[in-house]
Order: sequence, then structure tokens, then C-alpha cells
Amino acid sequence: MSRTPLDTVEHAAATPDVELPWAELGLKKDEYERVVEILGRRPTGAELAMYSVMWSEHCSYKSSKVHLRQFGEKAPQSDALLVGIGENAGVVDVGQGYAVTFKVESHNHPSYVEPYQGAATGVGGIVRDIIAMGARPVAVVDPLRFGAADHPDTKRVLPGVVAGIGGYGNCLGLPNIGGEVVFDACYQGNPLVNAGAIGVMRHEDIHLAKASGAGNKVILYGARTGGDGIGGASILASETFDAASDSASGTGKPAKRPAVQVGDPFQEKLLIECTLEAFKEKLVVGIQDLGAAGLSCATSELASNGSGGMRVTLDDVPLRDSTLSPEEILMSESQERMCAVVEPDKVDRFLEICDKWDVIATVIGEVTDGDRLEIFWHGGKIVDVDPRTVAHDGPVYERPYARPDWQDALQADDANKLPRPETSEELKDQVLKLVASPNQASKSWITSQYDRFVQGNTVLAQPEDSGMIRVDEESGLGVAIATDGNGRYAKLDPYHGAQLALAEAYRNVATTGAKPLAVSDCLNFGSPEDPAVMWQFAEAVRGLADACQQLGTPVTGGNVSLYNQTGEVAIHPTPVVAVLGVIDDVARRTPVAFQEEGQLLYLLGDTREEFGGSAWSQVVHDHLGGLPPQVDLERERLLAEILISASRDGMIDSAHDLSDGGLIQAVVESALLGGKGARLIVPDGLDAFTFLLSESAGRAVVAVPRSEEVRFNDMCGARGLPVTRIGVVDGDTIDVQGEFTLTLEELRTAHEGTIPALLA
Amino acid sequence: MTARIGVVTFPGSLDDRDTQRAIRLAGAEPVALWHKDKDLHQVDAVVLCGGFSYGDYLRAGAIARFSPVMETLIEQAKAGLPVLGICNGFQILTEAHLLPGTMLRNDHLHFICRDQKLRVENAETSWTTDYTAGQEIHIPLKNNDGQYVADEYTLDKLEAEGRVAFRYLDFNPNGSQRDIAGVTNEAGNVVGLMPHPEHAVEPLIGTGRTDGLPFFTSILKKLVNA
Repeated sequence: MSRTPLDTVEHAAATPDVELPWAELGLKKDEYERVVEILGRRPTGAELAMYSVMWSEHCSYKSSKVHLRQFGEKAPQSDALLVGIGENAGVVDVGQGYAVTFKVESHNHPSYVEPYQGAATGVGGIVRDIIAMGARPVAVVDPLRFGAADHPDTKRVLPGVVAGIGGYGNCLGLPNIGGEVVFDACYQGNPLVNAGAIGVMRHEDIHLAKASGAGNKVILYGARTGGDGIGGASILASETFDAASDSASGTGKPAKRPAVQVGDPFQEKLLIECTLEAFKEKLVVGIQDLGAAGLSCATSELASNGSGGMRVTLDDVPLRDSTLSPEEILMSESQERMCAVVEPDKVDRFLEICDKWDVIATVIGEVTDGDRLEIFWHGGKIVDVDPRTVAHDGPVYERPYARPDWQDALQADDANKLPRPETSEELKDQVLKLVASPNQASKSWITSQYDRFVQGNTVLAQPEDSGMIRVDEESGLGVAIATDGNGRYAKLDPYHGAQLALAEAYRNVATTGAKPLAVSDCLNFGSPEDPAVMWQFAEAVRGLADACQQLGTPVTGGNVSLYNQTGEVAIHPTPVVAVLGVIDDVARRTPVAFQEEGQLLYLLGDTREEFGGSAWSQVVHDHLGGLPPQVDLERERLLAEILISASRDGMIDSAHDLSDGGLIQAVVESALLGGKGARLIVPDGLDAFTFLLSESAGRAVVAVPRSEEVRFNDMCGARGLPVTRIGVVDGDTIDVQGEFTLTLEELRTAHEGTIPALLA
Repeated sequence: MTARIGVVTFPGSLDDRDTQRAIRLAGAEPVALWHKDKDLHQVDAVVLCGGFSYGDYLRAGAIARFSPVMETLIEQAKAGLPVLGICNGFQILTEAHLLPGTMLRNDHLHFICRDQKLRVENAETSWTTDYTAGQEIHIPLKNNDGQYVADEYTLDKLEAEGRVAFRYLDFNPNGSQRDIAGVTNEAGNVVGLMPHPEHAVEPLIGTGRTDGLPFFTSILKKLVNA
């Protein structure tokens, strides 16, 4: 068998006319030409592999970059931000010397192809981002979106995704404390599997992804490198599936490597413990996890963020499959790997710790005093690049965007004009149907497959408004996180839809008593090559950046997932927003469940006739049209202040934010969780239908002990927040006076029976 | 004086730090033990905590059972050293034949995490004297392989000797035979159960109940009074 000569830098310079499979690797012609221009010659196969994955949409944000800049430009002044956008994850000061890092990412396409592994490795990837900052991961959250609940493919995808998240996260010992599960036909061929994680560290433990100090060693540790996930970044995440089917390894090998990675949570657990132990002994100068684009990403990012260059010997990478080519080793997305930069005299101790945890660790290179990233294979130099050109100087596109021509018609199709229930009986039936609908129904069948207790610091977990974790056992300091998004609102108006997602997550954090501090986002959209989608994206980013500025919560990082579509049909634009908050003492947290009979129920905020994009319009009329609820960020801020003060001063015993499904949904959830009913009185000036089902933003329902009634009312009055007494916690029914009565038992059957019936 | 209670960390152990906290809250001194170290460092009792030792690969508990630390532990447990196995720890104890029976995958084939109601059947073991027999408690349960099985002869024997220590009440979460949630050895010094008492020791955390604390106060009293 004849062997082709190794494609070294020298060989590439000598053979300028060799055709390379740049198109198969996902590069456009002009992008390839730019690579040739940067290098002053054709790239080697290995260089091409690196550029192609690093310049993919997934890694380079080439379509979204021009818009994402707003998050920096409009960033509000915040003392809390310690590390901002651009690192593995943002870091926020939460007081008492603690810092918290958090981030949300997508693993949408892999999870459709292989639900279990796609979702599992999504958790694995986000957790490594958290460790790479120097933090111990303390919790995960999972915002999920699937096709119609009764569609056969949902039954294929959802159980696998849920089992994958549980199988990985449970094995890592990370409590799963929040997230969402949403069903909508628009996600039929393209589920959204977003994964978020939070980590905690002391300020002085923050680590960054940079390789500095000539002579320092580059250590690859964790799993061996295999053939899984090759081209995952460039092909799976950056093209639609039609294009993905002609994926190639770039080496001319006939065999198609699996593009979805396979996870080993046990290996990751060892990686966490061994990394944290190395941090504790201050052995690490810089660190980067290997996720999308594997070694290509880790080496080029570490080198370009540091002060020098880097030299790597690829032969030293421990392999699972000895037939892998150097290109494949550079592109492999094998999971559970990290790359650390360690001073020479600390290498032995670092390797010792790895050995203690049975983690394979290998010195694969060193930091140089030059400015090139050089990679060697079998003695030949196969990569010689300026690492910045790989990691940071990727193409930037000003994609054309245009408000779609159907947007006016969609907004004119006013949901407020839909036929409403005409009798109390009809209203009751619609309420029952609503709380039993897949989106409004209890998700405990799903969340009970996740461990929410491990680590022994979980104060609140789903279905609470936000998850809450105790950070310090002595002081009771804690952090809260909520993730929200509403693709229906965003479809009607992407600018305000994104703001509503932020407002809801912000409100959810405040409802539990925590002060919102910072934001991470996962922006899920269709193809950026479609001007209508690009308009949705641009509008959503502008809306989110404006709202973050107004609420004073900076975006600390996040993720963009494009090409979420089936054929020509894009998903609803779905910005998912995570808000992180802090609470001085978790003992003051406010739960959703009603605590005591006799407590007074108050509605905070204004209720208007707002049904555009509502759960009611979807469940009862299968309708999407009109405008989403109005956004009033100053009101959101005031509401949050009241909720936090009331929680701190013991004025409220339970609270629930109002969002999809409106007031009745919130009251039913609080009642079922507390095992106590409520009597509700329709306030003057509102009809029962609007009172119960409108989705006006900036609202919450709170239960106030009678002893606190005056104090609570005075506080709201003094600060100018509209407050309406709407009833009392009482009995074992939800009794809407003058309208209807539903027993908790029939509500429980309706609310809790749906998901198991569809999926179990 | 107080008692020193060891908590073994295997690769993949998850609840080691939580268990140490529970021991501390009960007033005893937790001692971290490492799976590669045969030495038990003169602890007065040992807890094998929950998690996925060795990723639950091969079979839950099957690999950890052969760790160096287990050699000493098995020997001393047979000589009377109090040992509590929680979840994965219970699985390790059955794999080590310190407790009878074995655990299969949950009958519904899903991981399950819930606040589980139990009845304390035996309040005379080293780990349960602060309960009363027949007491009903709530303890978080979270596992993938929690279905307790044994042959009929063994089950009858366990029942006859009062060695079923805990039983699931109201709802059998995993298909365990005779609703068995935990068992003890003949001497009552080795106890294993699937639910997690270390996650029910603080009023604000987890389910907000403290029904698990008596495990740790029971053993402390026994050791201090010994």
C-alpha cells in the first residue's frame, strides 16, 4: 500500500496546486481564499482542519458577532461583573469573597440525531466550561423544547434527552434545580436542548484560558482522544441536516465517523475532582476545556490569549484509536478532556494528582516565546499559524436582514378578538383544559429523573420559580437561577419577545427573594442565511441588550445556535435567558407553595387584556397572532424590589410569578404544591376571563400573613406598586367566587396526569 | 469525647462531603477515607456513601467492592465495626456479601428522585436506635438501580429475624421485593438502605425535613456510650 507523503508546512509550500476538501469541511470559497492569504500559501491538511472548525458558525459566531457586540456596548455599569464575555463563562461577585460563574449553551442538533448522547454531552460540555473558570460546579439547569407533545417523534426524542441529562448530571453529582420543558410543533424536527450550569469559587481562584510564560508545559488530561465527534462543530452545528449527510472526515477515508460525541460522566467526575485539587494547590497557570473543535480550539485559544506562542507534539496525544490521522486528532470532539498550562517545576505534582484520580495526563507541548502555534507530527511540522487568526480573526458577516413580509399580517391577527368563554361553565372547562395542557402541566415525570438533592445545598428546585443553592453554610449566602424563553412571544415580536424572556427570568429570581445580578443567554434561531431569520435575531439581540442595560444586569456570556430548522421552516425565534441572583440568607427564600390557610392573596401589578401568544390562545384556539404582552422594565424592577424586601422582612410566605397561563395557572400551582386551596374574588374593573387568563407581564401573586397585611400594603403604596387583594388561602378547592369551583383533586389529576400519559 | 466516623471516597462517590456534613451536624467527627488506602485510621464506624462508584460500570458497586479499603472494612465489619451503606454504599455492601440480596435496575427503567415515605422496621441496629419501631419517616430517594431482590428463602429469613430495617410506604418506587428499602446484618452493626438520610438533616435544605439525622445521632450515642 502506498502512503501519501505527510502534508507538512514545507510540503504545502512546495505543492501549491493540491486541491483540498475545504468545501466538504464547511468553508466557503472566499473563506478558504482568506486562509491562503493569511498563510501566504495553501494550508496543510491539519491547518485546514483547524481553520474549518474554528471558523464554523458554532465556534466563530461569524453571522452573529456584529449583533452580539451590543451586549458589550450597552453593558450596564455593574460592580458585580468579575469576568465578562469572551471567556469560557462569565464570573459574578456574589459577596463574602465568593464568585459565581454560570452559562447556558445549546446542544440542539446532536440531541436530535442521538437524543441520549446529544443531551448528555451537552451537560458535560457546559460543566467543563465552569470547571475551566476555576469553580466547583454546584448545579445544572436544562431548558428544553420539543415538538408537539403527542407527535410520535417527541416520544423518541424526549425520553432520550431526559435520560441523557439525568444519566450524565446525576452521575456527576450535580443537582438539577431548574429549566423548562416546552412543546410546540415548530420544534418538531429540531428540538432545543439547552444546558446551563453554575459554579462557585473564591475570588482568588478565578482561572483563565491563556497560555503564558515561555517554557511552561501544556498538559492534556482526561479521556483518550478518539474518532467521535469529528467535524461535529463545523458540520452538525453549522449546517442544516441535509448538508450534514455529506459529511466527510477530510482525510479521504471512506468511513464516516460519528459526528455526535459519546459521553462518559464517570470520567468527567474524576476530571472535576482532579482539576479542583490542582487548582487548590495553585498548580495551574491557564486552562481550557476541550469542547467544540477539540484540540484545535484549546491550543489556538490558549495560545492566542497568552503572551507567547505554543509548540505541540501531536504524537504525544493519548489515542483511543491508533489509526487516527493528525487532522482527525485536531478535530476530534472526544469528551472529558482538558488542557492545562503548568510551570515546569509543578508538572510532577500535577501529574501525581491526575494519577491519584486515575486520570491520564500527558505533556503534549510547551509555551514558546514566539508568536506562532506550531504542531508537529512524526517529526514534521504540520501546523504553523498565528493562533489569533484561527481563534479570533474568523470571518465576520453582515448578513442581510429584513422584516419578514408576513410579520404585519401575524400581528394583525389579534388574539384579543378570539371568541371567549361565554358562561362560567365554559370558563371552568377552559381553565381545566389549560392546566392539563402539555405546556402548563406538571413536569414532575421529567424532573423526578434528575437528582435535585445531591451536594446537600439545594434550597429550591423545580417547580419553584427559580432554583436556589446555598453557597455558604455559616452565613446562609445563596444564589438563585431561572431560565425562561417564550418562542411564541418572540415570533410575534422578537424585540419585545426577548425582553419578555429576560423580564420573566428576572422576575422569577426576585420572586424567590434573590436579587438579580447578571444574565447569560442561549439564542436559538433558524438559518442566518434567511433575511427574515436574521431580522428576528437582530431584533432579539437589540431587545435583550436594551433591556439588560435598563435593568442593570450585564450579559456575562452565552451561546448562539443557528440553523435550527427543518427544511425551509425555521423554529420560532427562541432566545432563552438565564438570570443569576444572590440572596444574603437562604432562610429568607420565598417558595411557591401556599403555606397556611387564612393567608391573604394579593395580586401585584396591572392586568390588561393581553392574549397575544398566550397559553390560552394556543390551547383553546390553536392560535398564534397579535402582539405579546407589553414590556415595562421599570415596573419589573419595582416589582422585584418589593418581592425581595417582602421576603427579607418576612412579609410574605409564598409568591409565584405570573407568566404563561396567567393568574389561574399560578394559583393552581401554588395550591397543589402546598396542598391548600384558595378562594378568589374577581377584582372590580376586571372580567373573570381576563383576571384569570391574561398574560400581562410584571405581575406576581403573593400570600401575606394577616399580621403583615398593613405593613405589606403600606410598602407597596409608598413605592407605587399597584396591589389588589384577590382572595385567601382556604380549603381544598379553587373557588372563583360567582364563577366556578374546582377541587384540588380534579385539578391535580388534570395537571399531573398529562405528561406521564403521553410519555411514560 | 466524640466518635470518629469515616466516609469512604471511591472514584465516582458523590455524597461524601454531604455525609461528612451530616456526621458533623449530629455532633460526631467525620474522617475522610480514601479507597486506595487500606488503613481505616482508627475510625469508630464507617459510612459508604451514595454516588456512582466507577460509573456503576459492570454493575453498581461491583468494582468498588474490590478496592483496597474494602479488604480492611470487610474484615472489621465482620468483627463488629458499625458500617452504614447508603444507596451506592448499600450496593457495595451487597456485592461484598456483608448484606444479603442485590439491587436490580428500577422496574420502571428510569432514574427516580423523590421524597420517599418509609417505615422504620428495626430500631435496634447500631444506626437506628434514635427511631422507634414502626416510626414513619420521609427520606429522599434517588437512584437508577434500587430494586431490592433476594430469593424467597432469604427474604423469609430476613423477615423472621427482623432484619428488614426499612420498608417503602404508600409507594414502592422501584419494584423492590416486599417493599424493602433497607436491611441489616444479623449482628445489627451493618445496615444498608437505598434512600439518603444524609440529605434529610437540615430544615432548609432539600425536602426541608430532618428525618435522616437520627441515623447519625444513633451511632454517635452508641459509640460514645460504649
